Amino acid sequence: MTSTTLGQKVVSPVAAGDTVAAQIKSRSRPALMWRALRRDKAAVVSIGILVFLTLVAVFAPLLAPYDPLDGDASQRLEGIGTPGHLLGLDGQGRDILSRLIYGGRYSLTVAVLPVLAAAPIALLIGMFAGYFGGRTGNAVMRVLDVLFAFPVVLLAIAIAAVLGPGLANVMLAIGITMVPYMARVVYTATVQESAKEYVEAARAAGATQAQILRQQLMPNVMSPLVVYGTSLCGLMIVLAAGLSFLGVGVTPPAPDWGVMTSDGRSVLLEGYGHVATIPGLVILVAALAFNLIGDGIRDALDPHKQTS
Amino acid sequence: MSGRDVLVQAQDLRKVYAKPTLFGTGEEFVAVQGATFDVLRGETFGLIGESGSGKTTIGRMLLRLVEPTSGFVGFDGHDVTRLTPKGMRRLRQRMQIVFQDSGSAFNPRRAVGEQVAFPMRQFDLCPKNEVRDRVVDLLEHVGLRADQADRYPHEFSGGQRQRLGIARALASEPEFLLLDEPTSALDVSVQAQILNLLQQLQEERHLTMLLITHNLALVQHMCDRAAVLHHGELVESGPVDDIFHKPQNEVTRRLLDAVLEPVAA
Repeated sequence: MTSTTLGQKVVSPVAAGDTVAAQIKSRSRPALMWRALRRDKAAVVSIGILVFLTLVAVFAPLLAPYDPLDGDASQRLEGIGTPGHLLGLDGQGRDILSRLIYGGRYSLTVAVLPVLAAAPIALLIGMFAGYFGGRTGNAVMRVLDVLFAFPVVLLAIAIAAVLGPGLANVMLAIGITMVPYMARVVYTATVQESAKEYVEAARAAGATQAQILRQQLMPNVMSPLVVYGTSLCGLMIVLAAGLSFLGVGVTPPAPDWGVMTSDGRSVLLEGYGHVATIPGLVILVAALAFNLIGDGIRDALDPHKQTS
Repeated sequence: MSGRDVLVQAQDLRKVYAKPTLFGTGEEFVAVQGATFDVLRGETFGLIGESGSGKTTIGRMLLRLVEPTSGFVGFDGHDVTRLTPKGMRRLRQRMQIVFQDSGSAFNPRRAVGEQVAFPMRQFDLCPKNEVRDRVVDLLEHVGLRADQADRYPHEFSGGQRQRLGIARALASEPEFLLLDEPTSALDVSVQAQILNLLQQLQEERHLTMLLITHNLALVQHMCDRAAVLHHGELVESGPVDDIFHKPQNEVTRRLLDAVLEPVAA
C-alpha cells in the first residue's frame, strides 16, 4: 500500500497536470447505471417479461381470441390444448388465455400503482423520522407501529369498506396499508446512514438540513426502498385478489389474475388444476420479475457495481 | 501572522446525553464536563485521552456538530454556541474537520471530486467554471491524481482516502483544522506520510490545528501544547514538554507508563 501511495505521487505528472485535467471525461451516472443494469442478465430478462406482459395487456382487445367475460357452458373446464382454446376453459366455459390477456390490465396496475404512490410518502415520513429523530420522530414511528399491529388484509378491508368497492379504492387502500412497511425500511436506513461521518462532513461544510436530506441521505436510502418496493409488487396482486374474494376489490366477472386463481380453487380438488395453476404461474412469474428488477436497480445504483 | 492570540476557546464545556424515552428523559450520561482550554492561532493543540474519554465529543462541540449542554465556545471573537444557523453555516468556512474513519467519511454514492468541491460551491469561494481546476489542484497538492476526481470512495485505499479527507477539509480554505484521530485507522508507514503532509500544509497555510488522539507519540511529534482527558474531564493541560517530563496528574503518568518504548529506528 505504501508503494502505491508513494508511486502515485511520483507518477503524478505535475507538469502535465493541465492536459490530464482537460482530458477527464465526466462519466455520466445514468450511463454507468444503464451499463450495470444491462450486465445483470436476470434483470434484463425480467424487464423483457414485464414489458411483454404490459404490451399484451394494453393491446388485449387485439390479441385476445375470445371475450374474457363470455363463456360457453357446454365446454366448461376443458383442459390445456383444447382445440381453439390453447390454455383451456374455466368453470364457466370462458377462455383462460383471453382472461389472462385482459387480466393483466387489472393485475399489473394493482401491482405497481399502490407501491409507486406509497413510496414517496414512505420516503418522506421515514427520512424525517429517521433524520430528525427525537420525540417527534419517535412519535411518528410509534403511530406506524400501531398500524403494523393490524393485519394488512384487515386494514385494507376496513379502508376499502369505508371508501366503497372498486379498483381505484382498492389500490388506495392497499397503498395506505403499505406506507408503514415502506416507511419502516426507509427509517432504518436513514438512522443508519445519518450516523455516518459523511453526513457530519456535509454539515461541517455548511450544508443545510434540506441539502443533507436530499443530496447525502436520499441516494443512500433509495436502494433498500427500491428492493423492498419491487418485492411488494407481487404481493399486491395476491392481496388485491384477497380483497376481491371478500367482495371489496375487483368485482367478478372481471378477469383479474388473482380472482382467476381463487375461481380455480373451487374446482381444484375435482381434478381441474389448470384453472388455478395457470394464472397462479403468471402471478409467480410477474412477481419474480419485479423482484429481480428490484435487485438489478439496487445493483445499478451501487457505485461498487457500476465501476467494477 | 500574529503568533499568540487565541483562535479557539472552550469554557466549561459540558455535554450530557440523555436517552429519550416515550415518557420524559431516561438515564443521563455525562460525556464531558468542565472542559476549559484555549487553542492559540498557528499552534497544534493535542487532546489526549483513552477511547470513551469524551475527546471526540469535545472536538464536535467546538465545531458545533454536537450541541453543548452548557458552556461556551469562542472562535476568533464569535460566540459559536449562540450563532444563528445561518451565521453558523457562514463561520463553518473557517473551521473544518478530518475524520478518523475515512471509509465512512465520504458518501459512497458520489464521486470524490464532487465531494471535495462541495465546500467550494457552498461557500461560493470561486467562480463555477474554476471549481474543477481548484479541485484538481487540491488533489495533486495532497498527493493524488487529477483523474481520480471522478472515482468513487471505495476505489481508494485508506491512506488515499485520508488524503481526500484532508483535501476536502482544505477546500474551504479554513484557518482551523480539527483532526479527529486522523491516522489511527492507517498502518504505520502511511501514518507517517499523512502526518508529514499535515505538517507541510500547516506551514504553507498557517493552519491552527487541534489533534485528537490516544497516541502520545503523535502528540509529542505534532503538538505544541496539549490537554489530557479522563472520563470527560480535563485532568491536565500545558506545553507538551511539561506534560511528558513533569506529569502532574496520576492519569497522565499512567498514560505515559503504558506507552511502549519505541525501538530505536
